[in-house]
Order: sequence, then structure tokens, then C-alpha cells
Amino acid sequence: MTALLRLENVTKRFPVGRREITAVDSVSLEIHEGEILCMVGESGCGKTTTGKIISGLLRPTSGTVLYRGQDIWQMDRTAFSRFRKDVQVIHQDPYASLNPVRTVYKTLSAPLFRHRLVKNRKEATQKIIELLEIVGLTPPEDFIHKYPHQLSGGQRQRVSVARALTVNPRLIVADEATSMVDVSIRISLLNMLLRLRNELNVTFVFVTHDLSLAKYFAWDGRIAVMYVGRIVELSPTPQLIQQPRHPYTQALLSAIPEADPKLTRSKQRFQLRSHEIPSLLNLPPGCAFHPRCPWHQPGLCDQLRPQDELLQDGRQVACHVVSQQDREAAG
Amino acid sequence: MDSDSILKVENLSVIYQSRRGPVRAVREVSFDLKKGENLALIGESGCGKTTLGLALIRLLSKSARIVQGKILYRQGDRIIDVLSLSDDEVRRFRWQECAMVFQAALNAFNPVIRIWDHIYETAKSHGWTNRNEVREEALELFRMVQLDPHRVIDAYPHELSGGMRQRVLIAMSLLLKPQILILDEPTTALDILTQRTIIELLRRLKEEFHFSMIFISHDLALAAELADRVATMYAGRIIELTDVDSAFERPRHPYTYSLIRTVPTVHGDFQQLQSIPGSPPDLITPPQGCRFHPRCAFMTGSCLDEDPNLMPVDEKSAVACWRWREIDLRIKEAAER
Repeated sequence: MTALLRLENVTKRFPVGRREITAVDSVSLEIHEGEILCMVGESGCGKTTTGKIISGLLRPTSGTVLYRGQDIWQMDRTAFSRFRKDVQVIHQDPYASLNPVRTVYKTLSAPLFRHRLVKNRKEATQKIIELLEIVGLTPPEDFIHKYPHQLSGGQRQRVSVARALTVNPRLIVADEATSMVDVSIRISLLNMLLRLRNELNVTFVFVTHDLSLAKYFAWDGRIAVMYVGRIVELSPTPQLIQQPRHPYTQALLSAIPEADPKLTRSKQRFQLRSHEIPSLLNLPPGCAFHPRCPWHQPGLCDQLRPQDELLQDGRQVACHVVSQQDREAAG
Repeated sequence: MDSDSILKVENLSVIYQSRRGPVRAVREVSFDLKKGENLALIGESGCGKTTLGLALIRLLSKSARIVQGKILYRQGDRIIDVLSLSDDEVRRFRWQECAMVFQAALNAFNPVIRIWDHIYETAKSHGWTNRNEVREEALELFRMVQLDPHRVIDAYPHELSGGMRQRVLIAMSLLLKPQILILDEPTTALDILTQRTIIELLRRLKEEFHFSMIFISHDLALAAELADRVATMYAGRIIELTDVDSAFERPRHPYTYSLIRTVPTVHGDFQQLQSIPGSPPDLITPPQGCRFHPRCAFMTGSCLDEDPNLMPVDEKSAVACWRWREIDLRIKEAAER
């Protein structure tokens, strides 16, 4: 598989008053054509910022973003606009991301005309009907002339997906795209996105705080777990879920309440030393997780920043202790 | 009212007035809450969960009216009819007997008032005016919910994270030692580790104070964690009321079954999930007969005629479905297939 998009040592800092916070801290990542990659983590971990850097909406402070091998911030105008067309974003809030005074037709026809994908209204209508059928808003005639307020949350999100699809994207970055809709509708949205991926071979970066959704959506893909600006573990989904390596991943997985009373009440909890999430303005030295980590080794974890390391089983973990264990296991 | 019940709701209906007509948000709801019990109200948005919670403490908006029913509350040896309390009495009843922790912890605070002033205001309006005493009690409660008491008590709401605000609200709701705590989506919008903290906290506080809980949530995992019994609501009614294990292993109502099957678990292998077709009904012009029939896989002609009432399944469970005897819904086996 070739990398469709690649982040190399990407860092993003934001000014806060006179100081700076590092929202994303030298993240390297490859996204392969046709794969599903989920970015998970708690609020403030940098997953949304990383999503915005991937989609070219934010320029990193340092590091490079390569799309099909080309640095997107060195591209000429034509290449950059091509990139922006290829990479589309679906936002979290379908109430905020659709223009309330535009009908579905208006919302979907604008990018079609702008990118000269259709010549006239008749072709636009034809294309829009196809798109509405793809996203399951059927019969399309019932939806094409509606305004956002006439649609439910789930239907609006389908319109957002249809809008992303107008320009035949190669990569869709979906940021908490299902977190505002009811559980029953969430699964139908996810199933629809999975169908798109199979039928149109679209690559997905799915940003979510919900590991159970990440598991469902990216079962044959990968999950990247982020903690205060860094990817702490990156591996194929089944391994990450069944045998998490990084202590933070283990803590997350053991903490998740499950919709099964016997299972959830008998889960072994991974006890943390502290519940305080560190402030981005004042990150602990060494491994940022060490003040909470039950495995931390004084003199090592609080001094030296762990590197992203590839373990024997091919996954990537940034933890001194896990790396040691892995080396010992290998003999 | 049974001697081990703390609250009994009978045939309660709430209607909102809207321009399009009356919205029947809660219809003929009956249930009881045992002392020390945790009851979960689950269902999709717009099913009437929050309206029911607000009705219990008579905090409905002006456009809503309780059109029928009874709410009985046991205070020591006395039984109080909540709907016939005067305004003053109802104000005392809230907080002192039955407190509610609202959804969206940020909006529950006045942004320009410090946490301490919120607390003192509440205590004062319930006749507790000794500042030192109130402050001591508040600091103690903050310690119990694992907050740094002195830092939090003088903070403004915006200085606290979502999880901290939620903990402050829980601590505040316990200030006057109520017997019932109603929590509306207590873990929604919180991070996983914070959710876990809140869940463990509620468990501990319950051991300490022995209150009963009603929690309103669309999050089935929270119900699985904390509930003793689960009431599923659909289109304003309770359509199934059963113990937590039955609800998740062998629900009797097709809606409860479908709802549980839309939620992925993290543990275990991949399971294909099914969404529920259609959307919750419009409560102004709901469908005829069983309100769930347009979305139900087990619907037959008889479901169109009449809306079923809750009927007893066994001593623990009741279900409102015409076909519950004929259909067999088992979550575990369905998952394995």
C-alpha cells in the first residue's frame, strides 16, 4: 500500500496569552489509500487539531504534510486546490455546518458548479439525486428542496456527507461526525459510511472520543490513541482492542462503561495514580503520562521523552516500559 | 404505596402547548421507586425522559401542564402528594427531599457567580443561614467528590473543567441530604476516564448517604453500570420496566431489544449492528395503535388497533407489547449468530 497522506514530525502550537501550548507534538503518521484510521483520545488530546492538519485546514508550526508524496504547503495553486478537493471534511455539528437559508439543492450544487463538475442545472439536479440516493435520503425528490431546519439531525448529517461526496474525494476526515445524533441513527450513519468506503474506495480518518465506535467503524483498519498531543499507541484495531499495550490505552479500555451489566460490572480496572489531566500549558517532563502511570519508573519516565517505537508485533507505542518489556520478550 | 417505596407515580400525563397543537410528552406513566434503588430511564431523544424527570420535581416550563396522575412521596411515616403541595412547599421538596442534577453542567451555573455563592444561595433559600456551617458542609462534600475543596469553592464556573463542574453539581445536590437524586445525562459529553470517576463516585456517595437515584440517559452503558431496574420510554410512555439483567439479556419489548442492539461494546469480537429504521414519532400526531409499530419488525395487523398498556410478565417485569408472549428476543444469542 502506498501512503495517500503522510505527516512527518508535525507540531502545532497555539498562542495562549503570552504563552504557547503545543496541541500536537511531533506526530508522524501514514494514511494508506482505502484504509480507515481512527484517531481517539480525550478532549484536548489534539485529535481534532491533527484532523485539521490532515485536511489542510490548519498549517502546522513545523513538520511536513505530504499528499501523494507532495508537500501540501509547498504546492502551487492548482495542486493545492486539487488537494482541497480530494480531501473533504465532515464536521461534528450538522446544525452549524449547513447554511440554514440554503436548500439541499443549493448546498449541494454550489461545489458542483464551483469545481465545474456539472454544466447546467439539469446536470446538477441529476448528480444531486444520485448523491442523495447514495447517502440514503430517499426518495431524493422529498429532500432536494428542503431547508436544514426541515430535516432531522441524522438527515442533516447525511446531507453533510453528500456535500463531501460532490467533489469525488479520495479522503474524508470525519470529526465526531456521529456524536450529535441518537444511538439508533448513529449506527445507520456509520453503516452508510462503511458502504461508501467499500463502494467508492474512499479513505477515512475518523476522529472520535468513543472507542466502541472506533472499534465498530475501523475493525479492519487502525486506531491511533492520542494523549496530550502525541500518538501513544497505533495499531490494527483488533489488536489494540484485545491486547492494548500502552498503559493509557489499557486505562481507557478498562474504564469504558459497556452496555452489558455483567461484563461492565466485572471488568478489571486499570488503576491510575492520578485523575488529573495535565495542563497543556504546563506539561510534565519526560513522558507526559508519567504522573498518572502506575508503571512509571522514576529517573526514566519523568526525565526522558519516549520515542515512537515499533514493537515485534508491528505496532507503534511510545512508552519506555512497554519497549523494555518487548525487548525482554524478544530475548 | 408499598412500605419499601419512596416514590410512586400513577398514571402521570404531561402535555406541552405548541402552535401546532398539544404535544403529549408523557402519557399515563406509572412506576414506583424503592428505597435505595437505582432506576434508569432510557430512550431516544424526544421520548419524554427529561419531561418526566422535571415533572417529578414540578419544574416544568410554563407551556407544560400535568393533566392527570399522582406523584406520591414517602417522608418518614407520612405520604406526601407532590402535586398538591403549595409553591413554598414544593420549593422545600426540591433539594431537601428530591434534588435534580441537570444535563449540560456549564449551563446550570450562573457564569458571573462564584461556586460558593451558588451554594450559599441554595442553602439560604432553604433556611440554612449559618455561613460557616454551610461552608464546612460544602467543603466536606467537595472532598467526597474528589475535588480540591478550597480551590473549587471560590472558583467561577468557567475555571472548572466539565468533569469538575459535574462533580460540583453532584456535591451541591447532596447539600440538603435529599432522599432522591434525579440525574439527567450525568456522564454525557464527558471523557471516558471522567465518566468512570463520576460512576465510581455515585456508587460511593450512595453507600454513604443511602439515597435513591433516577437517572435519565440515552447512554445504555451507564444504565448497565448503575441501574437496578430499567424503564424504557418510547413516545412518552414506559413501554418496558424490568430488572437490569433482563433488560440487557432478555428484553421483552422489540424497541428495548433494538435499542440495545444499536450499541457497540468495546470488549469482545466485532458484531454487525443494526440501526432502528425510521425515527421516533411526532408526539402531536403519533401513529395509531402501538406507537412503535411503524418501526417494529414484529408488527402485525392487531398492533394498529390499540396502544398496549404495560402488562406484567413476571413479578419483576412488565411490558407494553401485544406480541410479547409470541416473540423471543435474546441479546446474547442474537450477538453470537
